[in-house]
Amino acid sequence: MFDDRRPIYRQIAERIRAEVLSGSLGEDEQVMSTTQYATHFRINPATAAKAFAELVDEGVLYKRRGVGMFVAPGARETLRAHRRARFVAEVLDPMIDEADAIGLDPAHLVERIHERMGDPADPRAAAGSVAGSVADGREEAR
Amino acid sequence: MTGRLELQDLTVRYGDTVAVDRVTATLEGGRIHGLLGRNGSGKTSLLSAVAAFRRPDGGQVLLDGEPVFENPAAVRRMCLIRGAGDTVVHDWPGDRVRHALDLAARLRPHWDRDHADRLVERFALRRTARLSELSRGQRSALGVVLGLASRAPVTILDESYIGLDAPSRYAFYDELLADHSAHPRTILLATHLIEEVAALFETVTIIDRGRLLLQGSADDLRARGAAVTGPAEAVADLTDGMRVLASKQLGPTRSDTVFGELTTEQITRARRAGLQLDPVPLQDLFVHLTDPATATEQPVSEGSLR
Repeated sequence: MFDDRRPIYRQIAERIRAEVLSGSLGEDEQVMSTTQYATHFRINPATAAKAFAELVDEGVLYKRRGVGMFVAPGARETLRAHRRARFVAEVLDPMIDEADAIGLDPAHLVERIHERMGDPADPRAAAGSVAGSVADGREEAR
Repeated sequence: MTGRLELQDLTVRYGDTVAVDRVTATLEGGRIHGLLGRNGSGKTSLLSAVAAFRRPDGGQVLLDGEPVFENPAAVRRMCLIRGAGDTVVHDWPGDRVRHALDLAARLRPHWDRDHADRLVERFALRRTARLSELSRGQRSALGVVLGLASRAPVTILDESYIGLDAPSRYAFYDELLADHSAHPRTILLATHLIEEVAALFETVTIIDRGRLLLQGSADDLRARGAAVTGPAEAVADLTDGMRVLASKQLGPTRSDTVFGELTTEQITRARRAGLQLDPVPLQDLFVHLTDPATATEQPVSEGSLR
């Protein structure tokens, strides 16, 4: 459930952020209570409370006195913006380093990105024809 | 009425043997605390003094500011279950589970009979079973029932649940958390099995050979250990001057377990040198900290690679 390596409150906070990002926790939707969290995951209630406090500080959650914790309006967009800001340094650069270390051709990477995300210059991809562009990519790779 | 415990220079001796050596620590009221120590580290002696089972040989224990020893008001608010519930008059051939429950009901001012009934059922204890014929697991279950149903503002379980099998231990964790949220009180669990219960603790107090090794929030402690792995020279360079708890080498790769938080500068340096940084589980940290070969106040020297 939790890996006992990182502080558990960070893992809980990360889990809630992921739920907000994926949309499975909607804005103004109520989050499980500290007690529910504690009993469900068999953790100390103070640990769950600490995670909530961190998310309140970040503007992801807000508290309704006597009712509980709710997802803040705009939380999803805030998180997406935050992830975008960290993406290059934390995801893209290490990936490029790895690609470089194993001798991958940069052109292949760019091609693959276009396959998966769609190439704005390619009308088929822009129209969402993912299958078509993947097939094309394979043709060209040969 | 918060159930705050203060240990001030607490010392317990058996003849020339010092079992608890000037331990000073505070356990805040209403929380779940873990007391960790190896076998023979002084946990039980310390807890016996905390619960006023014995007079400290030095220092004192305060419950909400009042010394506990020979203080009936304080003692009524505390419940210590040692091992598998040795607070019952056991080993009398005629004594049965129901006698133990009846005794606790008479002695414990906060005893919750309904809760005891539920727990007896949950742990599948037979009321008519003779105490002398209980299995280890059943004795543990009885200890847990006596502790939880006591609803004592300070409830201390000294390795009580260790004899339970895995399903019963999980049931115990669930009962403990549900009970604690419904009836907040101070709970102190002593254990040498850490992996499973670490997440239940708000604070952790580690004693070793009678002395307080460290005390802090369980989550902070988790962040204080790190394993640095990579080319031997780069690892040695990074961990130089840090408290290295353990060091292992396999061919050109070395892995150091350090205690203490890494600075941002160190983390950057480690990344640049291609070193891998991993957190250390609480149980591993405990093992290293209480290892007689490395458990010194001084950083372990470079030469002591094992």
